[in-house]
Amino acid sequence: MGSSSSNMDHIPDAQHLMQETGFSAAHLVRLYERFDFLDKDDRGELRLDDFEAVSELAMNPIGDRIIRAFFSPGRETVDFPSFVRILAHFRPTDTNRTRNGRNGAQPEPANSRTNKLKFAFQLYDQDRDGKISREELLQVLRAMLEMQVTEEQLQSIAERAIQEADLDLDDTISFDEFKKSLEKVDIEHKMSIRFLE
Amino acid sequence: MRRCGFVHLLGSVLLIGFVSSVSCEAALTGHESNHSEHEHGSSLSGIPIVTFKWHHVETPYLVALFILVSFLAKLVIEANHHVTNIIPESALLICFGFILGGIIWGADKVQTFTLTPTVFFFYLLPQVILDAGYSMPNKLFFSNMGAILVYAVIGTCWNAASLGLSLWGCHMGGAMGDLDIGLLQYLLFGSLIAAVDPVAVIAVFEQVHVNEVLFIMVFGESLLNDGVTVVLFNVFDAFVSLGGAKINAVEIIKGIISFFVVAFGGSLVGFVFGLLISLLTRCTKNIQIIEPGFVFVLGYLAYLTAEMLSLSAILSIVFCGMCCQKYINANMDENSVNTVRYAMKVFANGSETIIFVFLGISAIDKTLWVWNTGFILLTLLFVIVYRFIGVFFLTWILNKFRLVPLEVIDQVIMSYGGLRGAVAYGLAMMLDENKIKEKNLMVCTTLIVVYFTVIIQGITMKPLVTWLKVRRAAVSELTLIEKVQNKVFDHMLVAIEDISGQIGHNYMRDKWNYFEEKWMSKVLMKPSARKNRDRLFKVFHQLNLKDAMSYVAEGERRGSLEFIRNDHAYIDFKKKFDDDYYEEVMPDIMADMSDDHGEMSSGRRDPVPSVSLEMHEQNMKAVRDSEDVNTHHLLQQHLYRGRKQHRHRYSRSHFDVNKDEGEVQEVFQRTMRSRLESFKSAKMGVAPPKSLSKHPKKEQQQKLVHLKSKDFIESFLFCLLDFEFSEGDSASGFNPSYNSMPMRVTYRAGAGIENLGFMPDLDSGPSVQLPRWLEDSSSVVPSQRAQVQLPWTPSSLRRLAPLRTSTRSTDSFMMADAPPNAQQIDLPPPPSPPASPPPPPPPHHHHM
Repeated sequence: MGSSSSNMDHIPDAQHLMQETGFSAAHLVRLYERFDFLDKDDRGELRLDDFEAVSELAMNPIGDRIIRAFFSPGRETVDFPSFVRILAHFRPTDTNRTRNGRNGAQPEPANSRTNKLKFAFQLYDQDRDGKISREELLQVLRAMLEMQVTEEQLQSIAERAIQEADLDLDDTISFDEFKKSLEKVDIEHKMSIRFLE
Repeated sequence: MRRCGFVHLLGSVLLIGFVSSVSCEAALTGHESNHSEHEHGSSLSGIPIVTFKWHHVETPYLVALFILVSFLAKLVIEANHHVTNIIPESALLICFGFILGGIIWGADKVQTFTLTPTVFFFYLLPQVILDAGYSMPNKLFFSNMGAILVYAVIGTCWNAASLGLSLWGCHMGGAMGDLDIGLLQYLLFGSLIAAVDPVAVIAVFEQVHVNEVLFIMVFGESLLNDGVTVVLFNVFDAFVSLGGAKINAVEIIKGIISFFVVAFGGSLVGFVFGLLISLLTRCTKNIQIIEPGFVFVLGYLAYLTAEMLSLSAILSIVFCGMCCQKYINANMDENSVNTVRYAMKVFANGSETIIFVFLGISAIDKTLWVWNTGFILLTLLFVIVYRFIGVFFLTWILNKFRLVPLEVIDQVIMSYGGLRGAVAYGLAMMLDENKIKEKNLMVCTTLIVVYFTVIIQGITMKPLVTWLKVRRAAVSELTLIEKVQNKVFDHMLVAIEDISGQIGHNYMRDKWNYFEEKWMSKVLMKPSARKNRDRLFKVFHQLNLKDAMSYVAEGERRGSLEFIRNDHAYIDFKKKFDDDYYEEVMPDIMADMSDDHGEMSSGRRDPVPSVSLEMHEQNMKAVRDSEDVNTHHLLQQHLYRGRKQHRHRYSRSHFDVNKDEGEVQEVFQRTMRSRLESFKSAKMGVAPPKSLSKHPKKEQQQKLVHLKSKDFIESFLFCLLDFEFSEGDSASGFNPSYNSMPMRVTYRAGAGIENLGFMPDLDSGPSVQLPRWLEDSSSVVPSQRAQVQLPWTPSSLRRLAPLRTSTRSTDSFMMADAPPNAQQIDLPPPPSPPASPPPPPPPHHHHM
């Protein structure tokens, strides 16, 4: 901890970020190192090709979607605070913090169940209209299954998946429907990674 | 139920009596009879037609009988669900063993049936463990592997050491009186009783559906700690033989090294055999029948090989099962896969039953019982206390590293679930009496610990789980969207780990998956199998299967799969299906399934699939049940279920009995169709009615035809009436029948016209009972009128009545008679012989 605090100075607005995202100082330092590493030309911002330089992501079927999720709409770059804010979605939910630390005024932390789900939802909802259309779902499916399944099968899988979740029969999945369809899934577990310190 | 149970009980008691008397006889008179038989045999000159050769078959006979008795015991126990809900089956089986042992003891005065280590370790244990490995949820297991290993290795060592040392301490303190047990022997005892037993754990945890993480922790630990147990046992056994003086640092280090060799070597052997099975099943296409045999034989060989190399046999067979499950399931024919799954369960469950019964029997042995209050009670106390301490301490450390920390409640259950079982007993029996003077005390204590943990803790486990509100396994409906989302989550986590530069769990898993996909699957899986093994697609396939099943079930409910051929009905079905699917159709099916399940597969006691072991079984269940449904369906078709229920409809007092419109409609349609069919065939066989009454024979035939046609028309009309009365305002469900029926009617009526032409010959004059609309194309009866104007008079019906053969027609006749306003209708004008084109059938308009 002692050594890391010396690096804290580089990080803009560190205290505030820690409070907002719940990352510890050690986490932030580590993430900042990573950010710095990804930021090849030291502009303090990440661009699309900085992300694409991560070679493993190229193999990830939905890698491009994840990358796009880092960019807020209309922006070309990602600065460190928004980088951390996105990653904060993946912090494990610590029960005592959410239970005790939250008073009404504070916004829900990024790693709450709803926010985690929102992030997942946005991966599908590329046009950000608050609904997953069949086409959007199909795109994700196509990316994940491409080789092994025929297009007709994909179509019917998408069809079925939408039918399962679609409660108001509008042929799209809204966020509420999405949330409801994943009611039984242990999101807290499945959308968390352990950040090294 | 109760009576049935009683009969079973009686049967098994008789059997037990038989076994014990036979065995007693065998034991007592063995020598003499052998002698006499021998003499007898030599003096005999001719060929004996029947000989009684008990000794020839004695051993296998007794074994088979014993197995039969154990199974029957299980049957009796499982007959009462309210008992097994409270007391776990394993405990009941042990108690049954007490009784059985008592009977044998009473007959023989010696315990002829005891569980010997050879029988247990070579013939009973392997299949239980193979099944555990084969149905292991690999992903869950490996994602908790770290924690499981910590519990299995450190936890078990801790249990063994603390127990041994504490007992020794107490001994030194004088708590046990005069016992000839040294420190090393205490440690040996500690090591044999330290390990949580997989058989006991499966048996108890299967019935309390705790959440999967908790289950895999206890279960995984119980499997993996075998490596530790074997090593500790062997090491201390060696130390005991060496004697305290000769133990030096070298020996201890050798002991530690041997742990790694035994554990990893065992796993490696299993892994190799697993790959071997996978490879073999790649090329067993032509010998599908014995394909499943390979799995068992090679699994068993893995066990024996590890045992031969003095490696951990349990680890070996566990890993063998775990490695091959994916590939053999993909490689083998579906039937073979089902065979393997089923046979695996049969073996595992069978030997589990036998093990528990044996454990019970073993208690009834006077020579075994050496009571030492201090030793026994202290052991019991320490076993439980140190288990708690160990689990809590290790969890405390592990929680610092875990993504989702284990809660205190989970830890309590984990500690409490540390059941000891037959493995400990088997090991205790293996102790050398020459080296360890107090062997019997140790065996006896082990038995008491086993009984205590299996019976007392087993019984209290369920209430405890309920009381502590432990998170249960979520019985979740399989949904596609969830599966898709899970996959997205996986990819997402990997991507996030990549971006944030963590080399975490997901990263490793991704790498492994990649490797597995690229190399292992390529080598071990059939190319054809590799294509359609995508998980997501499998789920889709399964869901489709399920749909098909409920589709069939729904069709069955209605009588047949008519709606497949009928668009309207299909839409109707679909609507209904969507609405009622979860509330109505599924519970029915599920109830059926669970009933079947409970009775048919002795393995699974509850309809609710328990956490993980049975994950695969769900597939099996689906397949099996779909088969059931098929047969069921076939049967239903032939049994004509609808008929009886349909008849209720005619009774006025039970007007609402049959509310299932679909079924009524279906029965109606089917009856109509069969009638039309017979009508048509009859007509085909008859010459055109030109030569009217020239040939009496022909006329007879024609009469027949005529009657048939009448019968048909009458029943058709009647059905209309029926609908009129009861379902005049029935909804869309009916339209399809109206749409389809008239078409046929049109055709038939047209075809029948020629026959109708000679009707006046038979029923002369105005009383000819042909519905008006069938003769007169212009007079289309509007629906309102049709409701009041019954097309024929009761009198004519009465005339027809005696000629009718089918019960249904009689019914309809009576019913037609019933409406009071029927009498008041003005008779239709005598029908003119039908003119050429078949009239459009009026019923069309009724509900349109």
